[in-house]
Amino acid sequence: MSRLRASIVKEIWAVLRDRKARIVLVLPPLVQLMVFSFATTLEVKKVDIAVYDRSGGAHAVELVQRLHGSSYFRHIRPVQSPAEVRAAIDRREVLAALVIEQDFDRRLNAGQSASVGLILDGRRSNAAQIAAGYVRQVTGGMGVPSTMANAGGGVAITHWFNPALEYTWFTLPSLIAIITAVAGLAITSQSVSRQREDGTFDQLLVSPLRTHEILIAKMTPAFLMGLFNGTLFWVIAQVVFGVPFFGSIILFYLALVAFLLAMIGFGLFISAVSMTQQQSFMGTFLVMTPMLLLSGYASPIENMPEWLQYVTLLNPQRYFLIILHGVFLKAMPVSEILMQVWPLVVIAIAMLSAAAWMFRSRME
Amino acid sequence: MNDPQRHGGRSARGRSFQRLRAMSIKELAQISRDPSTYLITLVMPLLLLFLFGFGISLDASGTKVALVQQDDSAAAQQLVQSYRNSRYFAITTVHDRRPAREMMVRSEVRGFIVIPADFGRVVAQGKAPQIQIVTDGSEPNTAQFVAAHASGVFNTWLANEGPASKRSPPPGIETSARFWYNPGLQSRNFLVPASIAVVMTIIGTLLTALVVAREWERGTMEALLATPLRMPEFIASKILPYYFLAMASMTVCTLIAVFFFGVPFRGSILALFLLASAFMFPALGLGLFISAVTKNQFVSSQIALFAGFLPTFLLSGFMYEISSMPVPLQAITYIVPARYLIPSLQTIFLTGDVWPLFLPNMAALLVFGAVFFFLAFRVTRRSLD
Amino acid sequence: MSVAARATDIVKRFPGADKPALDGVSLEVEAGRITGLVGPDGAGKTTLIRILAGLMAADEGVAELLGRSPGDALDELGYMPQRFGLYEDLTVRQNLDLYADLRALPGDEREDTFARLLEFTDLARFQDRLAGKLSGGMKQKLGLACTLVRTPRVMLLDEPGVGVDPISRRELWSMVEALTQQGIAILWSTAYLDEAELCGHVYLLNEGRVLYSGHPDELAGRVGERVRRVTGFAGTRRHFLRAALDRPDVIDGTLQGRAVRLLFRDGAPVPPAAALGSGPDTVLEPAPARLEDGFIEILGGGPEGTSRLAEHYRTIEETGQPAIEAQGLTKHFGDFVAARDMNFSIPQGQIYGLLGPNGAGKSTTFKMLCGLLSPTEGNGAVAGQDLRKSAAQARASLGYMAQKFSLYGTLSVSQNLDFFAGAYNLSRSAARDAKERMASIFELEGVMEMDAGTLPLGFKQRLALACAVMHEPPVLFLDEPTSGVDPIMRREFWTHINGMVDKGVTVLVTTHFMDEAEYCDEVSLIYRGEQIAQGTPDMLKARAARMLSLEDTTMEDTFIALVEESDRLREDQDKVAA
Repeated sequence: MSRLRASIVKEIWAVLRDRKARIVLVLPPLVQLMVFSFATTLEVKKVDIAVYDRSGGAHAVELVQRLHGSSYFRHIRPVQSPAEVRAAIDRREVLAALVIEQDFDRRLNAGQSASVGLILDGRRSNAAQIAAGYVRQVTGGMGVPSTMANAGGGVAITHWFNPALEYTWFTLPSLIAIITAVAGLAITSQSVSRQREDGTFDQLLVSPLRTHEILIAKMTPAFLMGLFNGTLFWVIAQVVFGVPFFGSIILFYLALVAFLLAMIGFGLFISAVSMTQQQSFMGTFLVMTPMLLLSGYASPIENMPEWLQYVTLLNPQRYFLIILHGVFLKAMPVSEILMQVWPLVVIAIAMLSAAAWMFRSRME
Repeated sequence: MNDPQRHGGRSARGRSFQRLRAMSIKELAQISRDPSTYLITLVMPLLLLFLFGFGISLDASGTKVALVQQDDSAAAQQLVQSYRNSRYFAITTVHDRRPAREMMVRSEVRGFIVIPADFGRVVAQGKAPQIQIVTDGSEPNTAQFVAAHASGVFNTWLANEGPASKRSPPPGIETSARFWYNPGLQSRNFLVPASIAVVMTIIGTLLTALVVAREWERGTMEALLATPLRMPEFIASKILPYYFLAMASMTVCTLIAVFFFGVPFRGSILALFLLASAFMFPALGLGLFISAVTKNQFVSSQIALFAGFLPTFLLSGFMYEISSMPVPLQAITYIVPARYLIPSLQTIFLTGDVWPLFLPNMAALLVFGAVFFFLAFRVTRRSLD
Repeated sequence: MSVAARATDIVKRFPGADKPALDGVSLEVEAGRITGLVGPDGAGKTTLIRILAGLMAADEGVAELLGRSPGDALDELGYMPQRFGLYEDLTVRQNLDLYADLRALPGDEREDTFARLLEFTDLARFQDRLAGKLSGGMKQKLGLACTLVRTPRVMLLDEPGVGVDPISRRELWSMVEALTQQGIAILWSTAYLDEAELCGHVYLLNEGRVLYSGHPDELAGRVGERVRRVTGFAGTRRHFLRAALDRPDVIDGTLQGRAVRLLFRDGAPVPPAAALGSGPDTVLEPAPARLEDGFIEILGGGPEGTSRLAEHYRTIEETGQPAIEAQGLTKHFGDFVAARDMNFSIPQGQIYGLLGPNGAGKSTTFKMLCGLLSPTEGNGAVAGQDLRKSAAQARASLGYMAQKFSLYGTLSVSQNLDFFAGAYNLSRSAARDAKERMASIFELEGVMEMDAGTLPLGFKQRLALACAVMHEPPVLFLDEPTSGVDPIMRREFWTHINGMVDKGVTVLVTTHFMDEAEYCDEVSLIYRGEQIAQGTPDMLKARAARMLSLEDTTMEDTFIALVEESDRLREDQDKVAA
């Protein structure tokens, strides 16, 4: 026990006293919090739009004013010719151009339905589709009250778990997965290779420490750091960003522990394979990028080709993201959470065993 | 041999060229022997291209949605069929709200649509029926897609098949949207070209930073500094090989984008090379600067990741709209070189040559390049202090 | 003779260091001879050379190269940094081509020059080999060749002999000496005092100050009358050395086979043999003085003979069994045989040395015995524990000090001690006692809270030894323990080692200081993965003396003679085979 305790204490100090390691611990989570929580939004706000008004009538003017009045648009730029429309779009000065046809006012005055053309920049098709929705809302709202509405028909839309569709309610819980994963991988993947370079690894191997004691000691700092980051962001999400937490704290920590062990397993494996810090850096990069992109955070998993969806089953992030959204917003029941936790446990056991095996076989 | 006159045997410029050539040859020989070069110039670009070509798709198609069908009337059947025919949804039909709700909690479906029990009766009375759409708000973007497309399908059904369709259509404003340059709305078409900028950042900044830091770390820098090699020659010898490497990688990525992923290429090759070259200027400058400051491979790679890779990825308009970010973050994006390249790259592929867009961007890239090179020069002074 | 490089009152400070790295150093390098810059690691040698090469600016003072400021004379300068400045992933020929282009060697001269240099350095056979795959000695020669592609007027060589076997060092020395015939000025920095003895002029540098400048013989001459070789004493040589060193009139003493070499204090008369109290047969005879004697005296003399570490060390019980055994230890790396059929048995309470050039297989053998590498064939035992069966128990009974500083640089001295106490299962109170004892013996009290990585080299080595012996192991493995430290610190180490051996500790040591081999009870000479000779230092020296038809040889001559003999045997075998 004293051996294990001494190595754990040593590993923690090694992380805390090393200026470089401290920077790796403190800076990325802060930057990630800043950048991810604000930048990675698929929301579309403040669209710049061009309006080519060929009608010039009162209805057309009203339509433009309604666009102004809507909060979705930032600059509304009047243009005078099709050529200008093309130029504005080509140069990416606007995301969309609204073309009000010549007969627009005449038809509306005659009680007929009129049409407008909307040209969107397909180079940003995601934003463009959302912008098209905004324009439709404005034009739809301006139409003569429909019989349908009179008859009480239509669509009632409810967004559960996040009624106002706050984007931060999605990002902040996800950040717990991302940040604990990045820190966990970064700390553990460097730990062995740095010692190999320092020569301190040999020193460890000639001491009576057993392999499992060395490994457990190596896991500890990343694990504690992960718990700390997880707790910190759990608090920040609620206190600073007002994200509700409906689920059970115990389940949250249970899942966090399983997830951390799985990520640390990956980190230790990279560490055991690499001989130099350079290699472990590359290894971390090659593991981290696909993990983030194929987690369901950057884009939904069901949009991927089916064979790739099977690949994501190996990704711990995938399960933890579902759990996080579940415990924060959905008050996910125990049974459902356990359904997501067991794959994490399996991955953790598999990766940690692989790391221990690799570690032993690369002792030489 | 020891005759100082021999030094004058060649012009100063000739000797400078000789040194530059020797250094470049050396660099290429090293590149070809270093496994990490292959990893960075080949494996990473392919991985990224592959991830963005297949993995990331912002096109909601086949989104899983449950349909709570509480009514069996012909009208309801018709509407259900309309949902089944939509390419946006993959429908699971249930008859009660509870299982639908549970599926949504489990994240198995992104929302559900309720066709109420009185649906058929209301339609039979000639009135407009009502449905309910419930989405999983925990993923707001998907929630909006579901809401918009689910009501779209319903409105279309209503217009064509609904009770109102028998009467004359009410006056209203019809919006016909056309998506230029990417009518199929495939996110791959703009993500794959943009990922070329990421690839070039990796080679220009990450690899260059590593290579120069290695010279410091292995002590060869010291030996070079004690030869007649001049600083500009040293910097040029570092830039040229990696410039060509990045161009080669860019070419390979372009070919993959066009012939494998089927992304159109509507602009000119000249514009592509000009823009890519302009982008390499700040990318290489940043790489040199980082390595000169840190003189350590490991720290260099960390900083290159933070200062080069992440901003290119997150703050360049690559995946996430800059205009949607908070103002301070928008301000930061102005110093991210990739911000000036990515729109132009997407334009070359999807639109064609739009010089009024390219020229200001190229100018911005050159200015940033000049700044980074100035800094790199100042830091890589002829000394080890 | 003309002065080719000159430094005048150079002061250089580095941020964060409380003492200047160079504190008013003046030096002249004359054309046509080798000027030695001698001092332990951290003395400021590299800093001074970098200033002369124009790579660094001095804070105060003037540096001149060929009458110009250093950066302006690069065309005439040959500079070889510590790691030779080679591109390890390029071939020999590519390295030469690169430096030829950088130094603007005209194309028509190139073939001749390369042919001459490759012959000179004996690298012609290896033109297409990667520089990284060359042996240390060959790298060093290639580094020299690269600085010689255009014959420079000044050459600055920064520790060219470090980490290289004696044979290569000698070859390099004669190559450089040949260059002085052409009137080239050479500054050769080194930590080896025996190397410095051959220089035309030496500067002894310590802690940024020049302690001595002049001809090496002159410094040795100062102590010439006071060096004695003692033989015939009663008791063991270690006991005699300890007693002698504890005398106030002895400032230094070293072992030389069965004999002990003593340096007596200036001013006091050299005592008669009887006064040493070591039996009637004791004989004192004058011995030639060496540069190292002079250096030790300038530094204030070596430590006393009694080791406090050993005084407090537990007495290891006599088991009657060998403490370390190697039985046919063999290690293959793929096709390459790094060590073949190593056999030795080390009785308890002895010092055993593994000697050999870098890459010869001594580290491989060493690592197999301490369990870092598992042998392909053969077996070994440490403290009676079979390496293959009970490696963990074997590890618990050994202390290990690695060649490179390999403690946790970012942990404090105190945290390092805590960790090793815990790793070796010391109980809480035992750990506290051990830590206090180590701190006091090695004078670490003042630096307990400093990061181990920022300690001066001598303190690092002390801490490394402290961590290795905290748990009082019966067996110690020391890999080049004194590499790079000053002679005083080397003496201190050997005093501790000798003292612990007296308590029954068994020591396995590797070293490339041939004079340190004299401290060993027995040595193995390892060359090309094989054990080419084994025996007491005196036996080996006698064997070499017979081969060379000399009366007496140094350990270094012995080493070279035995290696050359092994090469001859190998060639003969090859001829027979062919």
